[in-house]
This record gives sequence, C-alpha cells and structure tokens, in this order.
Amino acid sequence: MSYRHILIFLVLIAMTGTTLAAGKGGGLDHADTNVHDRASLQRGAALFVNYCMGCHSAQYMRYQRLAEDLNLTEEQVEEFLVMGDREAADYMLTAMDASDAEAWFGVTPPDLTLTARSRGTDWIYTFLRSYYLTEDGWNNTVLENPAMPHVLWDLQGIQRPITETYTDDEGQSHTRVVSLELDEEGLMSARDFDRAMLDLTAFMEYVAEPAVLKRERLGIWVLLFLGLLTFLAYLLYKEYWKDVK
Amino acid sequence: MAKPASSINKNIHAVGQWIDERSNISEFWKKHLSEYYAPKNFNLWYFFGSLSLLVLVNQIVTGIFLTMHYKPDAELAFASVEYIMRDVEWGWLIRYMHSTGASLFFVVVYLHMFRALMYGSYQKPRELVWILGVTIFLVLMAESFMGYVLPWGQMSYWGAQVIISLFGAVPWIGEGLVEWIRGDYMVSDATLNRFFALHVVALPMVLLLLVVLHLAALHEVGSNNPDGVDIKAKKSAEGRPVDGIPFHPYYTVKDIFGAAFFLIIAAFIIFFLPEFGGYFLKPDNFIEADPLVTPDHIPPVWYFTPFYAILQAVPDKLLGIVLMGAAVMILYLVPWLDRSPVRSLRYRSWMSKLALAIFAVAFIRLGMLGLSQDSSNFELRLWTFLYFAFFILMPIWTSFERTKPVPERVTK
Repeated sequence: MSYRHILIFLVLIAMTGTTLAAGKGGGLDHADTNVHDRASLQRGAALFVNYCMGCHSAQYMRYQRLAEDLNLTEEQVEEFLVMGDREAADYMLTAMDASDAEAWFGVTPPDLTLTARSRGTDWIYTFLRSYYLTEDGWNNTVLENPAMPHVLWDLQGIQRPITETYTDDEGQSHTRVVSLELDEEGLMSARDFDRAMLDLTAFMEYVAEPAVLKRERLGIWVLLFLGLLTFLAYLLYKEYWKDVK
Repeated sequence: MAKPASSINKNIHAVGQWIDERSNISEFWKKHLSEYYAPKNFNLWYFFGSLSLLVLVNQIVTGIFLTMHYKPDAELAFASVEYIMRDVEWGWLIRYMHSTGASLFFVVVYLHMFRALMYGSYQKPRELVWILGVTIFLVLMAESFMGYVLPWGQMSYWGAQVIISLFGAVPWIGEGLVEWIRGDYMVSDATLNRFFALHVVALPMVLLLLVVLHLAALHEVGSNNPDGVDIKAKKSAEGRPVDGIPFHPYYTVKDIFGAAFFLIIAAFIIFFLPEFGGYFLKPDNFIEADPLVTPDHIPPVWYFTPFYAILQAVPDKLLGIVLMGAAVMILYLVPWLDRSPVRSLRYRSWMSKLALAIFAVAFIRLGMLGLSQDSSNFELRLWTFLYFAFFILMPIWTSFERTKPVPERVTK
C-alpha cells in the first residue's frame, strides 16, 4: 500500500460522506450555520427562550450546559435565559401545561431538542421564514396547515402568498403558492430576520447535539495523532519487512 | 530465552516459567503467532480479517460502557441515550464509536468475504473456515439488528416491526412465532428487554466463540494467499514453508499499520460525520418510538439493504422471505459450487473474473435499490437474478473455463 493509495482512500471516504450529507436538499434554503460562533448561539438562545419556549421544551437540555458552552456565567444564564422559578440545573421545559396545549392547539407542541437532527437545519431555517397570512389564518409553504401560528411575525412582518392557478392531468384546477411577498414590515429588515433565523437554527443545531462543539475541536487533534501513529507504524512495518525477500 | 540480567528480570522470568509449566502458554504463542507461518505475499485485502477483530473488540468495550448508562425500558431508553450523549462524561464519543463501529464492522466483513471469493479461500482444505465465517456473518446480522432497536427511536421501532413481521409469513405457525419473538401483541417493552439481553449477553458470547473457532480452524490448515499457492508444499531443510513468514512479528507490525490507518478513517467519521449523511444514524431515529405514528418510509440500515432489495423483488411475501434467506444461506455452499482446480482469480479465465465482477455490481446495486422507496421492479429482479446466477452457474463455468498454470512459489 503506497501513500497514493492512502490519499485516494481518504479523499473517497470524505467525498462519500459529504455528498451523502449534502444530498438532502429538497427545495429548502441552505442554512449556513456556524455552531462554533458563540455570539450567534447566544443570540439564538435568546430567541429560543423568548419565542419558542412559551410552548415548546428542549427536554433533554439543561440550562447549565448553556453556561458551559456559550461562554456565559451561571448568573447570566439564570438572569437572561431561565424563566420563572426554575434553576440552572433544570431541563429547559416549557411552562405550558401539556393538556392546555392540547386544548388550545389540538396537539401538544413537539419537543425541540432533537429537531435539528430529525428534520435537518435546512428545514428549520426555511420553515421559520416561510409563514404567510391568508384570510384563513397562518399557513406555511414548508409545513402545510401548521398547528403553530407565526409567533415571530412581529419580527418578520406579514408575508402574503403570490399564487398561480394550474390544471392537473385530470383537468382539475388548483392554486399553489409560488412565492411570498412582504406585505407589512416587521421590527427587523428581511436581511436581519434571515440572520436572526440563522442564529436560532444554529442554536437548535447545537441543542440537538451539544457535543458537536467538543467533537469537532477535538477531532483535528485526534486525526493528527493518528496520522503520526500511522506514519510510525508504517516505518516500523518497513523496518521489519526489510529482511522478507 | 535470553539469560535474565537483573533480579527483577529473574523474577519475571520465574513467574513466566511457573505459568508456562502449568499451562503451556508458550506453545500456544508459538502455534498461533511466533511460529504460525503465513504466506509472505498478503496484499491490501488481507487487512480486513484483523480489522474485523479490532472492530469486534471496539464494539465489546464501548458496548460495556454504554450498558452502564443505558436503560432497557421503553419509557426510558430513548432519554437514556440522550443522557449518554449529554451528561455522561465522554458518552457521546463512546456512543459514536459504537454506532460507527457497527457500520464499519459490515464494511470490513463484506470486504473480508469478497477477498475469500477472489482468492478461493473457501476451497479445500478451508471449507470449515468458510462455514464458520458465514455463520459469524449470520450472527452479526442478528446482533446488529437487535442493537439497532435499543435506542428506541422511530426507525428502531418500525424497523423491528417490519423485520419481525417477516416471520409471520411462515406457514401454520407464523402468527404464533411472531408473538413469541416479540413477547407481546406488538413491538413493546417486552421486545426491547429481550433484544437487550440477546444483544449484550447471548449473541456476543456466540460471536466470540465463533471467532475463536474461525481462527482455530484457519490455523489448523494455514492461510491462503493471493496466488492460491499451497505454501506448505515447499519447505526448507528446517521444515518451514519457504514462502511463509512468522505471523509475529511480520504480520503483527503490518496489521498495526493497517489498524492505525483504519482508525484514521474511523476517527474522521466519528468526529466529523457521525451520522454519515443519515446512513449510520438515521434522522428519523432522533424521534422517540411512537407506536401510533408509522413513518412514510422504513428502509433498513444500509448493510441490510442488498438482502432487503431481494425481498422486495418478489411479489409473494413468503417466497420473498425464502429468497432473502437463500441469498445468505447459499454462501454456505460456495466451497462445493466452485469446481475450479485453481483457487485464485489470478489463474482463472475471463469467465470467473466477469462473474465475480457482475456479482459485486449486483450486490452494490441491490444495496442502493433497497434504500430507495420506489425502485423499479425490473431492476430489482434483474440484479436479484444476477446475484443468484453467480452461485447457481458457478459449477458450470468453473468446470469449463481454461485455467492458467499455478506457479509453485508465490509471486511478488
């Protein structure tokens, strides 16, 4: 086995993995998140606590972990992120009662800890930006007829659908949403809102797997170590095999 | 042994001797390592045996640590995995080593099996080595299936539901059999508990025993090589095969190099692509099992998809299951289906080479088709046909093809 083989092998593995990972688009906008950007995660955490946790929980996540990972002190976490009489060691649970939720929305709002892993970050990022208002109420181009209203409308403003009518194979005519148009300005500009949703998505990506921070930082060193080990093992192998004719 | 220099060395030497007089462990060391003569012409393909062993050890060690924190209870299992991922020190690393190890186990085992097919390593006198190997593969499939159920996500649950229900197609006793496997009228806590017991105790013990037997059987007859030459036929004056070298230190150092290189790949996946694009850890398995919500699409994990595709290729459920089972069981017959006087592909004609190439493509293509929800029936059946044709027609082309003369000594 030559160096060339080894290189080709590694490149192949990396390529397979990344193309597999990238191959799940499906008409969603790409969420170019960076979980290693602490400021982005902090902004995302504020949005999550203020806008999502009214109804949703992150039941496997402790507030305390945020202090460790987001460069915050435990006091800061308790002051800005922990709501009501909960403590930093508690899980991030919504104050809303599950039976109330069922009565109000028809469903219990799903737990959001692992949504970034089950739906993917692109889905979350696109979903959050795809609400529109019709005479029947809020709807969403990513998830049709969502039980959740557009809780971020004061930030984004109100989008209206631009529709077109088309005829299907059986001659039936339908309308579909082709794009969304901002009808009423929100507190944020479109660019700022996208930026904020990217922060929120990054935070949810982090919450889905807090280990990602350590994992990717440590991974480089592990690979460097193993590279060195492989090199030494190769030299040892060559040394021993010198006398095999 | 060299003369002991210091008193410490002397004591160590004495302890060693004491043990050896009572166990003959040095004989064992000689027989299996320092005086086990392996052909000197092993190539890249010969790394995958020792790598399988490495992954097996990894699965056992990481598995033990996971067991310390995992809760085999339908109410707690999913949360306990997240607890491992978050609150257990290095739990995420242990879990990813185990989940990545499971997929890599199949990677190395499939390559190891392909090596045997290329170089005729199953031929006389190594039939028993092959039979034990196929049995290891069978047990490994059961082991990984049951392990996949334990995180108790949606794919764990519904995957178990689909696979177990296959047994329902058995005539007469099908329904009872399914209930007996599940321990309930549906996949439930009872199923999770028994799968846990089988996954962490019963099947690993069977696997270990089979691996020991696989190696013992191999060391009895000696290793094959890329030329398929019998190295024991040419011996030196001291009675050693001239083309053989002691496994230790030559292949131990070579395999250490192979293992280190393999660890680079494994670490790259563990640290940077642990989900491997949804193939090693599926997105739906990050949703807790819910018996009331059936996912739209329940594909098996990638390493089962070739066999799953064969199941899909047949419209009749029972026949499909029989064929899927046959796809694995037919491997047992390979030593007798191959009538060729030579072992290695190197000395066979284009027929053998083409047949093996088609088989490899069929296997990979079936694997891809098994992942997809809407594979064409034509393609499924074509590749299923070619998969079986490889085995069924093997006696024919191997008897008729013109082989090249096998050299007396191994080549470089």
